[in-house]
Amino acid sequence: MSVATVADLYSSAVLEFGPAPESDGPARAWLAKHGSEFSHFIGGEWVAPLSGERFESMDPSTGKSLGRVAQGSAEDVDAAVKASRAAYPAWAALTPHARARYLYALARTVQKHSRFLAVLETLDNGKTIRETRDIDVPLVARHFYHHAGWAQLRDTEFPGYSPVGVVGQIIPWNFPLLMMAWKIAPALAAGNTVVLKPAEFTSLTAIAFAELAHEAGLPPGVLNIVTGDGSTGAALVEHPDVDKIAFTGSTEVGRQIRRATAGSGKQLSLELGGKSPFVVFDDADLDSVVEGVVDAIWFNQGQVCCAGSRLLVQEGIADDLTARLRARMEKLRVGAPLDKSMDIGAIVAPSQLERIQGLVKQGVDDGATMWQPSWACPADGYFYPPTLFTGVSPSAMIAQTEIFGPVLVSMTFRTPSEAVALANNTPYGLAASVWTENINLALDIAPKIKAGVVWVNSSNLFDAAVGFGGYRESGFGREGGREGMYEYLSAPPIPAMPVPRTARAKAQSPRPSKSSIAGPLIDRTPKLFIGGKQSRPDAGGSRHIESTTGELLGEVADGNRKDIRNAVEAAHAATGWPRMSGHARAQVLYYIAENLGARAKEFATRIGAMTGGDGAREVEASLSRLFTYAAWADKYDGAVHDPSIRGVALAMHEPMGVIGIAAPEEAPLLGFLSLVAPAIAMGNSVIAIPSQRAPLAATDLYSVLETSDVPDGVVNIVTGARDALALVLAEHDDVSAVWYSGTNAGAAAVERASASNMKRTVTKGIALDWFHARAEGDRFLREATQVKNIWIPYGE
Amino acid sequence: MRNVPASHAQSSDSADRALKLHDESERNPGMPLRANEIASIRVNRSAVERRAATIPTRRTVKKEYQAAWLLRAISCIDLTTLSGDDTPGTVERLCAKARRPLRDDIVDALGVRELDIKVGAVCVYHSFVETAVRALEGSGIPVAAVSTGFPAGLSPIAQRLDEIRASVAAGAREIDIVITRAHVLLGHWDALYAEVRSFRDACGDAHMKAILATGELATLSNVARASRVAMMAGADFIKTSTGKETANATVPVGLVMARMIRGYEAESGYAVGLKPAGGIRSAKSALEWLIMMKEELDDRWLYPSLFRFGASGLLTDIERQLEHHVTGRYSAANRHPMV
Repeated sequence: MSVATVADLYSSAVLEFGPAPESDGPARAWLAKHGSEFSHFIGGEWVAPLSGERFESMDPSTGKSLGRVAQGSAEDVDAAVKASRAAYPAWAALTPHARARYLYALARTVQKHSRFLAVLETLDNGKTIRETRDIDVPLVARHFYHHAGWAQLRDTEFPGYSPVGVVGQIIPWNFPLLMMAWKIAPALAAGNTVVLKPAEFTSLTAIAFAELAHEAGLPPGVLNIVTGDGSTGAALVEHPDVDKIAFTGSTEVGRQIRRATAGSGKQLSLELGGKSPFVVFDDADLDSVVEGVVDAIWFNQGQVCCAGSRLLVQEGIADDLTARLRARMEKLRVGAPLDKSMDIGAIVAPSQLERIQGLVKQGVDDGATMWQPSWACPADGYFYPPTLFTGVSPSAMIAQTEIFGPVLVSMTFRTPSEAVALANNTPYGLAASVWTENINLALDIAPKIKAGVVWVNSSNLFDAAVGFGGYRESGFGREGGREGMYEYLSAPPIPAMPVPRTARAKAQSPRPSKSSIAGPLIDRTPKLFIGGKQSRPDAGGSRHIESTTGELLGEVADGNRKDIRNAVEAAHAATGWPRMSGHARAQVLYYIAENLGARAKEFATRIGAMTGGDGAREVEASLSRLFTYAAWADKYDGAVHDPSIRGVALAMHEPMGVIGIAAPEEAPLLGFLSLVAPAIAMGNSVIAIPSQRAPLAATDLYSVLETSDVPDGVVNIVTGARDALALVLAEHDDVSAVWYSGTNAGAAAVERASASNMKRTVTKGIALDWFHARAEGDRFLREATQVKNIWIPYGE
Repeated sequence: MRNVPASHAQSSDSADRALKLHDESERNPGMPLRANEIASIRVNRSAVERRAATIPTRRTVKKEYQAAWLLRAISCIDLTTLSGDDTPGTVERLCAKARRPLRDDIVDALGVRELDIKVGAVCVYHSFVETAVRALEGSGIPVAAVSTGFPAGLSPIAQRLDEIRASVAAGAREIDIVITRAHVLLGHWDALYAEVRSFRDACGDAHMKAILATGELATLSNVARASRVAMMAGADFIKTSTGKETANATVPVGLVMARMIRGYEAESGYAVGLKPAGGIRSAKSALEWLIMMKEELDDRWLYPSLFRFGASGLLTDIERQLEHHVTGRYSAANRHPMV
């Protein structure tokens, strides 16, 4: 090809941009240095895969191989976990300052090799050099800097907390370096050691980073990299000596991981898929909206879990916005990702490209209007043009399915409430954008959208100081900020409850309790407490409740799955409760305490009869606990983060929604209230299953709740067979969290079942000494809430 | 921006249209003011700034392409002197540079002699219009005069109109007028419209560039509103600054004005030009503006008919960069004939 002359270029009808390639020399040199063959990085050394198996890693913009990457087996994973475990004691024993120095060194390392890392990332992933250079790598450095800070401050900001141990981390291919940083920075800062498995398509930058980290002096075994496919990840998930799994990837794999780790005691944080709404009101700055859409869905080829892929536009401006979008799309440039003038690079792999093509075809077949720019993508490599669907109905498959490509689907709404309804009409809840010039509207809508991140008049902003993570089936746990550090820390331990008294000798019929007058006692069998009413159990049965000496203390209703169903419906009907002020909720909690206190003697006697314990002490502790959470109700504030923009990010503590609680067997009143009180104090509604053996303290509460201004449906109590009922709650797709106190098998069942809608579960640390001073407070409040970060750039 | 229809996808004949320089039929006649829609125009500053920040990071031009773009930048310069101590001598010197903006050896090395690269216009105070017209005779380079009580624009309206007519009579083919900022700050859109309209009438056949003095309009929303009113009142160009405000032509301001131009053309069918002025001193920054024009508007705004830089020192830096392109060595300003 002859080089065009300056005069020709000047005189041509259109002034062209021309090629502007970034040099790939240093990255190629690094590949060559390794002979284009890579091993695992375990214990500070290159370790060849035991099987000898390797697979090709490909440049998706050319389809050419970049090198061969090790296929990790269960044995390789085991070696890495062993190395990590071996390194753990020394790493955890370091002073916070010493760990801070290492994190700082990692931050500096990223900066010192920023261009090399950016180019290698572009080669391996296919994303444009603009993005790797200006977004990914700077955010990686920022993440290590920020967490060097958390390392330094760990013991002052998280007193009593300790690292979790050996952490297994599995990351996706869309942001290989950035997701690696999001995973390892907080893990190492907190004092954990790490085994990281990069995505099969994109292992190279993690390998390069491990090498650089080692050169920077990170002790061997603190960070281990095992490459491989899904089976390698599964081996890591199943490894018994891993204390925590952190995963970013698809909701489907997240579900598998949730099931695989059920009952294992492993901590879990999952950052999963999304179909994030991008809501445009008619007073928005539409030209800025167009750029916002570019940043939302044509960033990283749309291969972004939080991509604003559902455009919801107020009907009156929809045609206008569509026209502007099409004009903008015509100007986007797709091609060689190392070219500095490209907007959109290559799709990561042929399989992904085929998936996008298939979904787009289905969208067209379903009757939606598809539009693509007039120009063609390069024929070599795996490219896909920006695509806009209009006339899409919410029921269309492309409106519900995460496409993970540069494909935007557009729908219209008429009113703010319809916008919210459409925005929330998805199993996911990762992110959202809201565009309006009206601050009242923006700050009204943002809390109503079920998503972990809401960007006002912006899209895809990230910062290490601001937690990122989802609601609903987009997973749980946060990455970044203070909220992210908790994912890698264990709360200070609380002693277990003293061993419960052994049950009475079995096989004798319960004796009826004695009456002081002639004739039988007046029957007093509590029903269920659902929606503020005492209602008969669906199955019409009851259960005997006995004292520790085998006396019949009474009976309770035997609830079943339909009763749970009804209770969940009732809990959802209590829509006013989360909207009440903390002050108002506090008054309700104080009022419960007041009314319980008035009947302290009765409750004490009842508890004593059921458990043989000191009932008076338990009632007193219960009153104190209610006061604690009444106190917290208006004090568990969120935070205002200081991200690297002119603006703020509001970290709001929002209630989970509807929480299912299987209360502890021991301390039937105190244990019950220790879980119910924090949940409702934060604005949740609960379905609580009282202690199976000693439920009468909870059922006696019905009348206390009825006289304490607790709105109907906020507290629902279903007595019966704990594990069966808890499983119904865990399986229920309209329950956001389940807290289970019971057997290991029951906990495993709850965790496994929770995968259906990826609800958060708490099964550890609930069988504890409820009288202990630490058995209350922020660890429970954190479980009762989820953090929503609302980004608000400002400036006129 | 609200109430302003979208631009249509750019037609493929945009380059042909760009060649119709100063075709009278293409002049923006303006349209009746719709004052109630002006106040509702809202611009989101943070979003505009984010876009502005990525304009130079999403596009770049290298090698021969860069040279061609820089030559185009020269052709779009309103080579300007607006100093209190201007004399006929300095104006003549400026005009000589306007005729020969590049050293001959660089022109030859680039192989662009037949392109006859010249600047877009020479811009002076009224007092020097005749001097400049004389100095530029035969070059085809128009003389632009800043007018209407430049830079504050607060002299009596009759004097301002007289000044326009006097400059046109003296041979100025382009008139850069300044608007009364108070009309924008107070939301007096009728008054602003009437003012600009009267200036346009006074200009007659001379093309009118409306200086918005964006550095004194406080907000980007005001920039957008003033842009729209000026176009409705018949401005041929909208221009950022006098060069005398503390804040000059910034990319976010230019972006907002470009978007308003796009919306206005979509609605009226008339393309209005853009002239950033003040503070653009480097070749890099000139490329950034050209890239923005191409990206936010289209190639028609890469010609002097619809795009100008108000600058003087910029030319020297472009010359240095072109010399670097030719020699591979970094050049020094003193090697290039001064403006």
